Amino acid sequence: MDQRRRDLLCIMELEFAAIDLNLFLDTHPEDQRALADYNAVSQELMRAKMAFESRYGPIMNFGCGISHGTWRWVEEPWPWELCFNREE
Amino acid sequence: MWIYEKKLEYPIRVSYTNPRLAKEVITQYGGPDGELAASLRYLTQRYTMPIPQAKAVLTDIGTEELAHMEIVAALVYNLIKHASVDEIKAAGLDDYYADHDRALYFVNAAGAPWVASYIQSKGDPIADLHEDLAAEQKARATYEYLIQLSDDPDVTDALRFLREREVVHFQRFGETLNLVHEWMDSKNVF
Repeated sequence: MDQRRRDLLCIMELEFAAIDLNLFLDTHPEDQRALADYNAVSQELMRAKMAFESRYGPIMNFGCGISHGTWRWVEEPWPWELCFNREE
Repeated sequence: MWIYEKKLEYPIRVSYTNPRLAKEVITQYGGPDGELAASLRYLTQRYTMPIPQAKAVLTDIGTEELAHMEIVAALVYNLIKHASVDEIKAAGLDDYYADHDRALYFVNAAGAPWVASYIQSKGDPIADLHEDLAAEQKARATYEYLIQLSDDPDVTDALRFLREREVVHFQRFGETLNLVHEWMDSKNVF
């Protein structure tokens, strides 16, 4: 697997943790431990996304990410074009 | 407002071209218990939820279901993108091909198009949340049938992830139902 896929996998793992904690917090908004975990994961996720975007272009658009040099949002691969097969 | 993220929620792998499996998996794209139905059901029910936690749960699970819809679409796309017309005919996907080529369209496994009557938005939060609990169980059951039908361990891996999320969503909807009951009880002070 190439470095870009490895970096993206790291973001996917962090964001999955954030999604799951988010849903838990929706029905347990007073849970301080879950909230601390959510905030910690979210900070790490934001750092990982910024590092990814500076190397490979925006992962989010509409003002939620920066594109360095040129408008790299239009660059391929789009998510459905990127498989994570073991040999790749 | 929604923001698109240029990534899937879960990394997919597809071992080989497999239009037969695509024909079955596509039901979770546009079938009665599929991800489009799930997402639209929750995102349209949220407006009349009586408590803030329920509005949050329906918004967030409705949004996650859009990400699941994209995972299912990516699976189908990769299963058929290199399929020859002969392979498509042999898999029984030729009726679909006649109308859609290898494009993605919202149909169930038998080719029937998605219809809004798959979902309900009742305005009664107890009725709506019970529908949502049932919807999660129906989606879980569908993923289990698809796992039994799958002959590609990589596709099975993604189907297992999606199945697991239905179980988590069922849990959150159950908690939401309890919160709505508590809210209703708190209003009835005699």
